[in-house]
Amino acid sequence: MNARILAATTGRILRQLRHDRRTIALLVVVPAVLLTLVYFMYADQPTPPDQPTTFDRIALVMLGIFPFVIMFLVTSIAMLRERTSGTLERLLTTPLGKLDLLFGYGIAFGLAAAVQAAVAAAVAYWIFDLETAGSIGLVIGIAVLDAVLGVALGLLCSAFARTEFQAVQFLPVVVIPQLLLCGLFVARDQMAGWLQALSDAFPLSYAIEALQEVGAHAEPTGRMWRDVAVVFGAVVLALVLAAATLRRRSG
Amino acid sequence: MDDAIAVRDLVVDRGGRRVLDGISCRVPRGAVTGLLGPSGSGKTTFMRAVVGVQLVSGGTVTVLGQPAGTPALRHRVGYLTQAPSVYADLTVRENARYFAALYGRGRVEADRAISDVGLAEAAGQLVGTLSGGQRSRASLACALVGEPELVILDEPTVGQDPVLRADLWARFHAMAAAGTTLLVSSHVMDEAARCDQLLLIRQGRLIADDSPAAIRAAAGVDDLDEAFLRLIRAGEAASTSTDATAARETA
Repeated sequence: MNARILAATTGRILRQLRHDRRTIALLVVVPAVLLTLVYFMYADQPTPPDQPTTFDRIALVMLGIFPFVIMFLVTSIAMLRERTSGTLERLLTTPLGKLDLLFGYGIAFGLAAAVQAAVAAAVAYWIFDLETAGSIGLVIGIAVLDAVLGVALGLLCSAFARTEFQAVQFLPVVVIPQLLLCGLFVARDQMAGWLQALSDAFPLSYAIEALQEVGAHAEPTGRMWRDVAVVFGAVVLALVLAAATLRRRSG
Repeated sequence: MDDAIAVRDLVVDRGGRRVLDGISCRVPRGAVTGLLGPSGSGKTTFMRAVVGVQLVSGGTVTVLGQPAGTPALRHRVGYLTQAPSVYADLTVRENARYFAALYGRGRVEADRAISDVGLAEAAGQLVGTLSGGQRSRASLACALVGEPELVILDEPTVGQDPVLRADLWARFHAMAAAGTTLLVSSHVMDEAARCDQLLLIRQGRLIADDSPAAIRAAAGVDDLDEAFLRLIRAGEAASTSTDATAARETA
């Protein structure tokens, strides 16, 4: 890795994003619009006393899921474009290191996700009165980590996709099982043993649990830090595997 | 002085087909060497092997004294892929600056590379809005921006108007005069005459490796197109008679 090349690559990816105004608008606006839907869906649901409202429970989890899903998709397509446009092959003949490219994507889309998460969190907290015991800063921080997880998995999966059609299908393969089993629909400890085992193997489960910890406790808990560390480890592992699947030589 | 590129018994198979079949040749430093041959003859594969992104089945490729693909060579070799490989969603200038940064060069070098390929007026334009010829010149600018010692150009003049083509060839010769080695592929024979040295490949085999004048003299004609035709016919006649001899011996 080389700091100058990493910075140039991050800047290049952000510049590409900047030329695509519609994508920026979608990135910023869509999560807020979806949160609005969720708010009105649960507006008239009764809440048992001494429990968080259904909206509070779902919206908090959504703040982590949006960046994960969106950045996974955006990254898969971006990396596939690098492959099909020939720029990837060309980059691999330059002094650029594989990790410069992969971390460049992670940092650039992580920054985009920070903006997205800040806007979504602002809407959730100040328009829809989302209440969490812990701080909004931790929620945004974990959301950005979720986005970076999406980027890392997207980079890894893009190695196995030859066409756009294949790349898009990795969403149901990689993302949706994690969504189903992350504890949003059924609490993890109420699932069958084998489902729990699967859930334990999915990094998104830890990301969601970390958010729920922030929702329930005023101060960061040990469990939250452990969850954050697991997600961070998954990010590093996915990036290293993605680097291993990037071959300079091909047939 | 040693050669810029030394290739010995290079064999490459792609998709179960032998694309390069035992090529041995040398490319002298500080000259423009033309790689000529019809479409599908193996020119691109040969260039990919020199750049070090091609998996090879046999033989050795030595570039600037080191095995092709050695990390240190990535600072010293510039590669122009046949299809323009630049970012369509960035401007010409942003593309050139990014590739300049990868080689540790700055804005001055980027602007110079852009004006060298005659794109100064389109520098602020998105590559996606350029014509095909302009786009491939933008790609060329990115290959030259690192001021490499060895430049591998895969069909750099396709789709350019005659005036621009003449300008580009003058530019290549100026670079060679300054000590840069250029390997330029083309399937247009009238470009062969502009080269200092020629490599002619057909169906994965090297048919000629000499200066244009020597090739004309050997074939006994002034027209290079005709000279190549005679060399190919002579090669085929020789291999048919060898086959016939072998067949007689087996019988």
